[in-house]
Amino acid sequence: MTITPEKPLVQIEGLHKYYGEHHVLRGIDLTVNQGEVSVVIGPSGSGKSTMLRCVNLLETISAGRISVGGQLIGYREVKGRLHDLKTKEIAAQRREIGMVFQRFNLFPHKTAMQNIMEAPVQVKGQSKTVARKRALELLDRVGLGDRAGHYPNQLSGGQQQRVAIARALAMDPELMLFDEPTSALDPELVGDVLNVMKDLAKSGMTMIVVTHEIGFAREVGDRLTFMDGGVVVEAGDPREVLANPQHPRTKEFLSRVL
Amino acid sequence: MDNHHDRHAAPVLNNAVPVRHPGRWISAIIIVGFLAAFLQSLFTNPNFRWDVVGTYILDTKVVQGVVWTLFLTFASMVLAIILAILLAFMRQSDNPVFRWSSWTWVWFFRGTPIYTQLLFWGLATVLYPTIVLGIPFGPAAITWVTSDPTHGLIPAILGLGLNESAYLAEIFRAGLKSVDQGQSEAAEALGMTKGKIMRRIILPQAMRVIVPPTGNETIGMLKTTSLVLAVPFTLDLTFATNALANRIYLPIPLLIVAAFWYLLITSLLMVGQHFIEAYYGKGVDNRVPAAVNPAAAKAAAAGAPSAEAEPDLKMDFPEEEAK
Repeated sequence: MTITPEKPLVQIEGLHKYYGEHHVLRGIDLTVNQGEVSVVIGPSGSGKSTMLRCVNLLETISAGRISVGGQLIGYREVKGRLHDLKTKEIAAQRREIGMVFQRFNLFPHKTAMQNIMEAPVQVKGQSKTVARKRALELLDRVGLGDRAGHYPNQLSGGQQQRVAIARALAMDPELMLFDEPTSALDPELVGDVLNVMKDLAKSGMTMIVVTHEIGFAREVGDRLTFMDGGVVVEAGDPREVLANPQHPRTKEFLSRVL
Repeated sequence: MDNHHDRHAAPVLNNAVPVRHPGRWISAIIIVGFLAAFLQSLFTNPNFRWDVVGTYILDTKVVQGVVWTLFLTFASMVLAIILAILLAFMRQSDNPVFRWSSWTWVWFFRGTPIYTQLLFWGLATVLYPTIVLGIPFGPAAITWVTSDPTHGLIPAILGLGLNESAYLAEIFRAGLKSVDQGQSEAAEALGMTKGKIMRRIILPQAMRVIVPPTGNETIGMLKTTSLVLAVPFTLDLTFATNALANRIYLPIPLLIVAAFWYLLITSLLMVGQHFIEAYYGKGVDNRVPAAVNPAAAKAAAAGAPSAEAEPDLKMDFPEEEAK
């Protein structure tokens, strides 16, 4: 799978997250190499989505460090002290990281095409002509070339999620985050979205995927992390972990979902 | 769907006897009866003085009054909308000073009667005969004498606009809050800056919620302008028709003249509101895709303005034409 030499793109070290008194993440370490597909599973409330949202600062980091491409996320370090980045600097960091949400979050007042064009034109300053051409390529890539003019409410959930993936890809991110991308879909629509993700993985995209799709983890994942109670319980090669879980909590969880 | 209904013979329709609604007939007879009686009185009661209505409906003073009323409505609503956008943004700002100022503004202007505020604005030049620019309790840099050369127009617009801004600010705030949190998260994740997220993602969606009550407020404002005699400003429609009524001792026909004009303008405003609502409802209220197929889009990419194609009005999905 890994064609490029093992080079960490994402490094999460000692990540903690508090919501008030509530200690959601209790020291997470996770490394994702360039071109790797890192799948994170775990029960609801285990903190896996929160961890993912910390990577592009949709959640503030209470303790610990995250770096993407060698760059510290959300902070600047000056003489050993962390300084918050300005919102504009945070926006710049997010441009390198694509995110796909459980509930798609397409812009309902824009067509599929306009959804995809929005960020390249508004953020990168691409010309509309270039952005439109790219949007069509991406729509073709996710199998929706004939849906360019449809508004999100005229698309099925699976189609919306594929447009959302195309929208994230339009920014040419070096990392893609997937936050339970198929959990809000009818069962028969899950396959199309997973296929798009598989293609993306094959093309060498670095991905962190929070999901309940064990089959996807086994087939596409380079690494599987099982989280529970805000900590990483077990991690390793997906096929090994799934076939032979070491920790009792992993065994219990897998026995319920498999 | 597939054609399996063709495999069977046509079903025998149920032809059930519908439920009868005698209440509808009774209520219709009563209401139509009252309506007929009222219409008859309109034609036969001489006190309406329709001849006087006819004489004054296009009277110069009345038409000027209509124009001034429209101008007051328009100017004060523009002022109110600008202030309200500012107030709504300030209210949800990270800056506590902004939040507090916005809250206080709304509290004050919503908490005092518009009539009182208009009286105050009319007396502003008496209350503050001079305005001094300088350090509070310290030395003065510039001093100038206040005056109102507009005979009440500016105080009237300020009074109406500032009062209205407080109500609109709440409407705008509700509109901004109505947009799903996921929308700004998605835009943030794409690296959009706060200003762009607000302008391009949040506001257009909030407008769907903001427009109907704002239309309501505009129609309300049209009629609230009749209070500007408190300033006093004396050219609006209500003042003009009252003055004429007092002159000829016939209040009823001139009230009808005023009511006619207010109704006419309100009706026009409602038509305008309908189109604005339709515009901001796209993507939510519409079920028709914009007419963009890849070929058309590629053609558009060659230089036409954009793919924001006008939604055509037929109700079928364009799968066929997309091929």
